[in-house]
Amino acid sequence: MSTTSFFKTLFLTELIQGLWVTLRQLLFRPSITIMYPEEKTPQSPRFRGLHAQRRYANGQERCIACKLCEAVCPALAITIESDVAEDGTRRTTRYDIDLFKCIYCGFCEEACPVDAIVETRIHEYHMEHRGENIMTKDKLLAIGERYEAMIAADKAADARYR
Amino acid sequence: MSGLIDLWMGLPGQLRYLVVTLLQIVAILLPLIICVALLTLVERKVIGYMQARVGPNRVNLFGIKGLGQPFADVVKLLIKEVVVPARSNQFLFVIAPILALVPAFATWAVIPLWPGFTLANVDAGLLYVLALTSAGVYGIILAGWATNSKYAFLGAMRSAAQIVAYEIAMGFALVGVLMAGGSLNLGDIIESQRGGPGSWFWLWLFPLFIVYFISGVAETNRAPFDVAEGESEIVAGFHVEYSGMAFALFFLAEYANMILVAALTSVFFFGGWLSPFEGYPFMPAFLQAPGFHWFAIKLSFFLFCFLWFRATFPRYRYDQIMRLGWKVFIPITIVWIVVEGVMVYFKVGPWAV
Repeated sequence: MSTTSFFKTLFLTELIQGLWVTLRQLLFRPSITIMYPEEKTPQSPRFRGLHAQRRYANGQERCIACKLCEAVCPALAITIESDVAEDGTRRTTRYDIDLFKCIYCGFCEEACPVDAIVETRIHEYHMEHRGENIMTKDKLLAIGERYEAMIAADKAADARYR
Repeated sequence: MSGLIDLWMGLPGQLRYLVVTLLQIVAILLPLIICVALLTLVERKVIGYMQARVGPNRVNLFGIKGLGQPFADVVKLLIKEVVVPARSNQFLFVIAPILALVPAFATWAVIPLWPGFTLANVDAGLLYVLALTSAGVYGIILAGWATNSKYAFLGAMRSAAQIVAYEIAMGFALVGVLMAGGSLNLGDIIESQRGGPGSWFWLWLFPLFIVYFISGVAETNRAPFDVAEGESEIVAGFHVEYSGMAFALFFLAEYANMILVAALTSVFFFGGWLSPFEGYPFMPAFLQAPGFHWFAIKLSFFLFCFLWFRATFPRYRYDQIMRLGWKVFIPITIVWIVVEGVMVYFKVGPWAV
C-alpha cells in the first residue's frame, strides 16, 4: 500500500465523498417519483397494449380474414377460422388472441392490410379466472368500439411517419 | 383522591419503590418502542429521498402522509403466523428473539436522560453497558443455531466473529472515555464534559469517537456491516426462518440497538444532555440550560448517520470487515490511548485533573 492510498483510507476521504453524494440528493435535489395511479408518464401513440378489432364508420367489420396476422405472429397467439358471410364476403368466424402467448410485438398490426387488428394504449387490465386470457372476436370488437376515438387519433398521429 | 393517597401511604416502602420503578421503566420503554416504530418510517423516508424516491406515503395518519405505515406493518406482523421449523431446537428458537431484545432495552436503565435522572444510577454504569451490549449477540447466535439451517448458521457465525472483533475496539475507545471522564458512572462522565462543545470529549478523543461510532454500527449489524443478514448472499442470515412476531422482535431489537448506540455516542463524546451553547455568556439562559432536548437532538443526529450510511455504502466484504476491526481500529485506539495518557500526564485538555 502506497503512502497516499494509506492516508486516503485512514481519513476515509472516499467514504466522505460518497456521503456527500447522498446528502446532496437529500437536501438539494428533487425526487423523480411519479405517483402512479394519479400521475402517469407520457405514452407514445405507438404504445402496444391490449388488442382491439376495428369497424368502418358504417359499422362493417374491417377484418377480411386474410390471416396475415396469424402467419406473422411469432408467438402463435392468434387463431383464425373463416367462412363466407351472408353478404358473400369472406369473414372470420373465430378470431382468438391468447394474451398469455402474445409478446406484444405489434407485428399483427403491421401486417394487417386494412388496419383491423390494432394494439391500443390500454395496459391496465387483469384476468380473474382461467380462460379470460383468450380474447375472442366479440371482446376485441367491443374494445374497438369503445376506444375507436383513441385508436383513430393514435393512427392519425403516427400516419406521418409511415 | 385522598383515599388513594392514604392507600399509597399505607403501602410498605419497598412496595412503593417497586411500583415507582416499574412505572419509570414503562415510561422509558413505551416511548422507546414508539421511537422504534417512527424510526423505521424515517429510515424509509430518508433513504427514499437520498435515492430520488419519496418513500412510503400511502398510509396516512392524522393527515400526515405515510405516518400510519409503521403501525400498519406492526398489525401485519402481529397477524402473521409464527412458523417454528420442525427440526429446529424449539425452546432456543423461541427464546432467541427475546434474548436479542432484552439487552437492548435493559441498557437504557443506566443512561442519564436529563440532569439528575437515571433509572438506575449505578457506579459502574459503563461496565454494565459494555456487558449488556455484548450479551445481545447471544440472541443472534442462538437464533442462527436453533434454526438448524445453513444460511442462518452462517449468519450467526459471521455476526459472532464480527461482534467479537469490534467489541475490543469499542472497549478500548471507552477506556479513552474513562481516562478522560475519570468515572464509570455515565452521569459523572457527562458532568466532566461541562463547558461547551470544545470540552466535550469528541474533539480531544476524535479518533476514538470515530472508532466507537463505526464499531457501534458494526455491533448493531447495520449496513455497511450487515453481513449477518446479507440478503443477497445468505437470504436473511440468522432470522431466515423467523416470521410474524418473532421476526418483529429481532427487528425491534435491531432498531432499539441503533437508538442505544446513538444515545451512548452522544453521552460518551457529545456531552449527553449538556447544552452546546454552554459557556457563551451572550447566549440566553434557556439555550444554555442542559436538558433532555439537547440529548434528543444529538441522539437524532447519530440515528440519521445510521440511515445515511445505509443509503450510501455498499456492504463490506467479510475479510475487509475483519481487517478493519483487527488491523485498523484496534491499533488506532491503542495509539490514541497512549497519546491521551501523555496529554493527561502533562495536563493538556479540558479534563486535566
